Amino acid sequence: MRQQRRGFLKGIGASAALATVGGCATLGGRAKPKVVVVGAGFGGATAARYLRIWGNGQVEVDLVERTDRFVSCPLSNLVLGGSRQITDLSVSYDELASRHGVRVIRDEALAIDAQRRQVRLASGNTLSYDRLVISPGIDFMYETIPSLATEQAREVVPHAWKAGAQTLELRAQLQAMLDGGIFAMHIPKTPYRCPPGPYERVCQVAAYLKRFKPRSKILVLDANPEIVSKKGLFTKAWNTLYPGMIDYQPNSELVDVDVRGRIAKLTFADVRADVLNVIPPQRAAAIAAPFITANNRWCDTDWLTCESKAEKFVHILGDATLSAPAMPKSGHMANQHGHLCAESVLALLTEQPLPQSPVLTNTCYSFVSASQAVHVASVHRYDAAKKTFTAVDGSGGVSAELNEPEAAIAHAWARNIWADMFT
Amino acid sequence: MIRLASSIIPMLALLAGCGAQSQSLIHLEPVATGSRLLAAGCVSCHGSDEQPPAGGLPLAGLKEPYFIAQMQAFQSGQRTATLMHQIAKGYDAAQVASLARYFALQRRPGERP
Repeated sequence: MRQQRRGFLKGIGASAALATVGGCATLGGRAKPKVVVVGAGFGGATAARYLRIWGNGQVEVDLVERTDRFVSCPLSNLVLGGSRQITDLSVSYDELASRHGVRVIRDEALAIDAQRRQVRLASGNTLSYDRLVISPGIDFMYETIPSLATEQAREVVPHAWKAGAQTLELRAQLQAMLDGGIFAMHIPKTPYRCPPGPYERVCQVAAYLKRFKPRSKILVLDANPEIVSKKGLFTKAWNTLYPGMIDYQPNSELVDVDVRGRIAKLTFADVRADVLNVIPPQRAAAIAAPFITANNRWCDTDWLTCESKAEKFVHILGDATLSAPAMPKSGHMANQHGHLCAESVLALLTEQPLPQSPVLTNTCYSFVSASQAVHVASVHRYDAAKKTFTAVDGSGGVSAELNEPEAAIAHAWARNIWADMFT
Repeated sequence: MIRLASSIIPMLALLAGCGAQSQSLIHLEPVATGSRLLAAGCVSCHGSDEQPPAGGLPLAGLKEPYFIAQMQAFQSGQRTATLMHQIAKGYDAAQVASLARYFALQRRPGERP
């Protein structure tokens, strides 16, 4: 076994040398192991940053990201409510390069050649890796709602489930809506990105309408049989802060959308809205497609190393993974995956032991108004016998009440976790 | 195959003039990986020794007995919190001790050596 590993590590040296021969004119000699990270969100940025910090600068890290700056999904519902601007949620990638020596590459990863250990980019360039980390997030399954497959359709019926232009589109539609209008939102069946997010969005839209268009109504069309996260707290917020405004309809399965008419076609009824927000079902993003192993949607990983169960030397983080039991698809959780993956990849590169019984935490804050928030928290411990993370008995829980202190804490959480990714 | 490649390719690299260190592996000092990974779980709310947290409550530089006592107080419910009592219950005594040692060895944020 020991012999095999040595031989394997020599292989890494050889692949680095091979790349050197091919690319020395532009890249210079490659003496250090190279990790390519795809996606600079909560998982990827964290992994890239910690590979540099914990790797003591001895691991080269290329971070491929197609956007020019990070825009946080957490807190983006506040843009709909009007208490934050999208620029408040945006962070530059510059310090990853200038402070930590991450090579940030503005490009899009199109394909992975696992045999050659290369990533092909939209620019036509390729990147060689010793280990690859992908944290690609989610794609929407438009085959389930074909009428939303075009970008034009999504300007009429936005998802606003990736923060940025879509968030601003939905905000603009709410601003243009007349008092007395109907805002309808469709929520897909679990699992989807950010379980409490849709219900927080209802609160934020309600806060905006209550202030500026108080005769308006909100229709929540939920494919799930009940509110899937913080049910008691959201129900209380809707009943006490926005009484009479919100109509919640569980088991609302979406069949199709009439885009022009802004009509959600459900199994048993058609629902017309003035502003229609459809959050489509989701799967691991396209770059991860070769590693999707579960339900044609998610990537199963070894939870101690984050390595794909479908491909060696490929590590997968964040929402694209087949979640461990009770593990939410959240930004906070992806950040925790990033720490774990960085540690495991360094251990694999240096023949150190893998982390022993790691613990991951999760904290999701939801703003029920501009000034009040609630949380759900959980702690997940690696179970060596089950080879997965399980929630620790007796840990975790939700807020006792809707409260103001947690709104300030939630804003601090955002600044801290963004700093842990980018600063 | 790999063995063959590992013996030939570095020579090619040398010939190509791109540096002869390609064969070398990084060597990192062994670290208490468990501790720093556990501690990284706290950063998103508590910051680090490099980055004082927004909203206060840094852990870096806390004395070991104080940290352990506070975690035990959160676990027992003796110290109340919005959230920390729920998180604290996720760590066993050995993990709390490991975190306490780790943070005690760090400087307070902003403190000069």
